[in-house]
Amino acid sequence: MKNNTLVSFEGVVKRFGDFLAVQRMDFEIAKGEFLAIMGSSGCGKTTTLRMLAGLEAPSEGVIRLSGKPINDLPTWSRDTPMVWQSLALFPFLNVIENVEFALKMRGIGKTERRRRAEQWLDRMQITEFASRNISQLSGGQRQRVALARSLVVEPEILLLDEPLSALDAALKVRMQSVLKNLQRETGITFVYVTHSQSEAFSMADRVVIMSRGKIEQIGTPQEIYRTPRTRFVAGFLGSSNMFTGKVTGIDGGVVTLDTPSGALRLGATDLPGPVAVGQTATLTVLDTKTHLATRAPAGNVNALPVRMIGEEFIGATATIYLEASDGHEIRVQKSHEDLANLPLQIGQELVAHWPLEDGHLVMEA
Amino acid sequence: MSDSSANMNRSRLVDLSLKIYIILGFAFVFAPIAASFVFSFNSDRFPSIPLGHFSLEWYEAVASDPFAWQGLRNTLFVGVIVGIVSTGLGFGAAYTDFRYRFFGKQIYLALALLPPTIPVVILGLAMLAYLSRINLSGNSLSVIIAHVVICAPFAMAIIRLRLSQMDPDLEAAAWNLGASEWAAMRHVIIPFTKPAILGALFITMAVSFDEFAIAWFVSGLNETLPVKVLGFLQGQVSPRINAIGTFVFVTSMTLVILAQILLTGRSAKVRPVADEQE
Repeated sequence: MKNNTLVSFEGVVKRFGDFLAVQRMDFEIAKGEFLAIMGSSGCGKTTTLRMLAGLEAPSEGVIRLSGKPINDLPTWSRDTPMVWQSLALFPFLNVIENVEFALKMRGIGKTERRRRAEQWLDRMQITEFASRNISQLSGGQRQRVALARSLVVEPEILLLDEPLSALDAALKVRMQSVLKNLQRETGITFVYVTHSQSEAFSMADRVVIMSRGKIEQIGTPQEIYRTPRTRFVAGFLGSSNMFTGKVTGIDGGVVTLDTPSGALRLGATDLPGPVAVGQTATLTVLDTKTHLATRAPAGNVNALPVRMIGEEFIGATATIYLEASDGHEIRVQKSHEDLANLPLQIGQELVAHWPLEDGHLVMEA
Repeated sequence: MSDSSANMNRSRLVDLSLKIYIILGFAFVFAPIAASFVFSFNSDRFPSIPLGHFSLEWYEAVASDPFAWQGLRNTLFVGVIVGIVSTGLGFGAAYTDFRYRFFGKQIYLALALLPPTIPVVILGLAMLAYLSRINLSGNSLSVIIAHVVICAPFAMAIIRLRLSQMDPDLEAAAWNLGASEWAAMRHVIIPFTKPAILGALFITMAVSFDEFAIAWFVSGLNETLPVKVLGFLQGQVSPRINAIGTFVFVTSMTLVILAQILLTGRSAKVRPVADEQE
């Protein structure tokens, strides 16, 4: 265990009856980091968070907080406050009473309680609503109350379970920067569960991607975006073209893959593990790193003859949809300037190409 | 807020007929009570029209009857204790249903809600047979026990309804913020269900206050007021019955109305403000 580790999951498994919600999970959370756990619904991300909060007990394995096993510690003695998806504010208490709640439960005196709660109201810029009822607040204001209520005890770690899901798009973006700044200023470790890639990638230092109770990949947003390590991750992010085929050669630092769309090559420097001839593998390449031309460019690149089947404008960029000779769909995302010189018409024959080093290998079909 | 659009799509004739229908319905239901109310202030010995002059003599007669006072004391004593005990039991049963998932829960709920569906005469007989076997019949305690049996399910139903409106995360959120299970009960569950707890208290008191049949079977010499009324009726027809009836009716209605105010008051929420684009 490293010195700056705050939380560690060691072989943690969670079963609900016959259903395996979380499969053997091993990972660590560093002090002061912003960790996002991302995945679609039912992937076990919320269960993981609830085990950390002490609301679910692991079926197997050990969870440590600051080195001490906390499996048998009830949630009220843990100091792992959580911001709930429903916010779970107490409707019979006003704003400041909600914020004071955790301090009251810790037996802190009335004046001290009020003083500390007021500090957090001020920090979250909701001082003017101190004596309001929860039902009189807007979604964004409630969000701030929920944050203040959890942070008032100044914990080492804050758990957030999709806290922004009820907000509209503009407010969501605003609250993201509020959260990120808060985390940076306080140095409190944030564990943030979400299904939204934009939330996870814009705020987190590291992202854990889960699928069907299993961790698929852990890394910085850049790492995950550039080199998805499993087919699931590549598909989940939806920003890569994928070609599945058989490895037919490894030599001179180049791996050759025979796919139905054609033979493709990639540099062997960044392989996820040992690769053998005859194995099935998937090559991924980002749609922003896939280029288009009218003729195959010279040099050491992958080039596939394609036919244009559609396009979609997304603000500053456009996505061109193409079809390889076997009907496999390929996407190319480019700025309008990059596309200006191309004859873009439905049915147009083009060449999709990318340098060998932009392709990544995933050892799965 | 949608009054204007609602009015636009309503036929005035149908509207008027419905209103008349409701008024007639209420008139039919309350006519006997109203009659009893009017005659309780009438000076004549027999209920007949035209009325005599306004008089409080029947109330005075009741007030000077020591047996009526004893009945009232018994009724109040029984009612208050029944209210408190049934509400406590009902709360426990409703919280169990809210908090726990267990095998046979449907059966547990069915059994808990069963007593009011048993015909009172049968329940009264069964209570008498059972309580006399264990030497508890014929006193106030036996009436209390019998009334708790029929009142607790009402309390449970009322409190259960309130708990079902609670965000299930609320209790866990309290634990997560450092509240032990007892502290969460005291600081979250009870404050949230308080209107329903008070409502249940008043309703169960009103039920006990009015209940006659079972009390008649098990009360023995410690008769409650409704049992006393029957005693009066068997002896003589006196306008004193109207006075007692009016008093019982006003008391029960007050309790029921109080409960109603408590139970519906909270649902009239203040509308939240919209998110301003700061």
